[in-house]
Amino acid sequence: MKKYEYLPHTADVRFRAYGKTPEEAFANAATAMFNVMVETEKVKPKAIRKITAEGSDLESLLQQFLEQFIILLDTDNFFLSKIKKISISGSKKHYKLSAVAAGDEAKNYETIGPQVKACTYNSMFVKQEGRQWAVQVVVDI
Amino acid sequence: MEVKSKSMELKKISEYEWEIPKHGGMKVPARIFASEKLVQKIQQDRTLMQAANVAHLKGIQKYAYVMPDAHEGYGFPIGGVAAFDTEEGIISPGGIGYDVNCGVRLLRTDWAVEDIKPKLKQLLDTLFTEVPSGVGRGGLTRLSDAEMQEILAKGSRWSLEQGYGTKDDLAATEDYGYMKQADPEFVSHTAIARGKPQLGTLGAGNHFLEIQAVDKIYDEKTAAAFGITGVGQVTVMVHCGSRGLGHQVASDYIREMEKKYGFADLPDRELINAPFNSELGQKYFKAMCAGMNYAFANRQMIVHWIRDSFKKVIGTDHGMKQIYDVCHNIGKIEKHKVDGEVKELCVHRKGATRSFGPGREEVNEIYRNVGQPVFIPGTMGTASYILVGTDEAEERSWGSTAHGAGREMSRADAIRRYRGETVAKELEQRGILVKAASWKGIAEENVPAYKDVDEVCRVSNEAKLGKFVARLVPLGVVKG
Repeated sequence: MKKYEYLPHTADVRFRAYGKTPEEAFANAATAMFNVMVETEKVKPKAIRKITAEGSDLESLLQQFLEQFIILLDTDNFFLSKIKKISISGSKKHYKLSAVAAGDEAKNYETIGPQVKACTYNSMFVKQEGRQWAVQVVVDI
Repeated sequence: MEVKSKSMELKKISEYEWEIPKHGGMKVPARIFASEKLVQKIQQDRTLMQAANVAHLKGIQKYAYVMPDAHEGYGFPIGGVAAFDTEEGIISPGGIGYDVNCGVRLLRTDWAVEDIKPKLKQLLDTLFTEVPSGVGRGGLTRLSDAEMQEILAKGSRWSLEQGYGTKDDLAATEDYGYMKQADPEFVSHTAIARGKPQLGTLGAGNHFLEIQAVDKIYDEKTAAAFGITGVGQVTVMVHCGSRGLGHQVASDYIREMEKKYGFADLPDRELINAPFNSELGQKYFKAMCAGMNYAFANRQMIVHWIRDSFKKVIGTDHGMKQIYDVCHNIGKIEKHKVDGEVKELCVHRKGATRSFGPGREEVNEIYRNVGQPVFIPGTMGTASYILVGTDEAEERSWGSTAHGAGREMSRADAIRRYRGETVAKELEQRGILVKAASWKGIAEENVPAYKDVDEVCRVSNEAKLGKFVARLVPLGVVKG
């Protein structure tokens, strides 16, 4: 199964990420977002960061989850290596997410593209497609 | 499936103006300024559908406008202009853009191409070091919370107090580099934390710093008023905005507005808005103005370091005078005539430049008799233009014109098609040096990824939204 793929967008970056569970799809979305900037497989899992997010639906939960990483990059110079743990709880109207991410200082790596500066709601979705979950995101760069 | 705008009915009004007639829930029609050639490109993505969506919003006046460089944005198209009645209308972060007060600043110099060419490489290397760019590279300053409050409240005035710039720089900056409506209290701690390490940095993506030469002068009198004296004169251009801080202000208020007003009735979730006169609408407006101030201070710092770089390499920065600084992601309160009556409007320009003609009080004193300077940058290998605002633009587009070449190819496509190293070599053969934080960045910003800037500016000129003054060509580029 494909973890994620980039799709055409005139000015910004649009991608879809997939997983057997929403958690897996969310984790793959975070990797897809960092892969715009750096080859994440080269980033060492040296430091651990805890991420929490809340949302009134799965889309706003995903938006806030990804935004936490954008903030971490700007304020803490953090590049993601991988998501070590992720769980989503709650139900309609109130979802919660907690995750543990491993990564390293951005300044130690060669960057390969523009910086992701915001996670938008533009054509965003989180949905179950047959046996898998798919999410779509457009990030502002 | 990608939704295109091709199916949208488009009525030709004149050679450079098109209309989407009012239909469905549209409160006003939409007007598109474009040539036949550009309309075909604009129809390739969802731009027109987005313009029709904007026309649904409360309090919109006259038309939802689309500039000749327009492309698909989030909710609102990039290259979109819409004005809302301040009493009955809305304000929308998506209509102003994430990069609050992204803009272009242009310096003129007394040097000719021959003076600069032998030291061009050294200059680019120095600029690359002095003005940090790229992902995860912080600025040279470490700011305290108190300093951030000052920057958000004062904009370029803070820079001037700190010795980064001159009074003349501020006299030649839109709004004199300072939005008085700004209130830092409404900017979140997160936004401030993102802004702290980034003041004076270029960022990455389509932001750049370029050494250019005047290639053509169309209007000698206006050019002279702007300090452009002849072909071959060297200019320096900076394109950047409010960095992470502005993006966070937009994200924060999109979330707040969703919580308060929901998005069930909107044709697109990114069109979220608040009544301008509501508590939340006012908080966003004041926070956005604070973001504008950050961007003004950011470009002011960069200009300081540009001068420093020239001093280091050439020995002097004499004659490096700021022509102007334009904002192209903004929401401003302006008075305009609507059906013969003067109304106060909140004008949203998202990827559009203000182009007021002579006489308007908002035009800086030094240019009030001439009209507002407008800068439309091209891409790495192409020309940029200096235009001047017109009276006609006030009637036709709330005093607005285009802001750039406007992308037409996705970044993913550009990377598949071009290699950064090859692009840089080809440009070097044409005499243009490029220095970038990443090769991939060069491929993404390659010339064919953009619409034809000459055509965009020709339409602006012909439709009288902004008139030709001079054309600039690149000598050397620093890309983030």
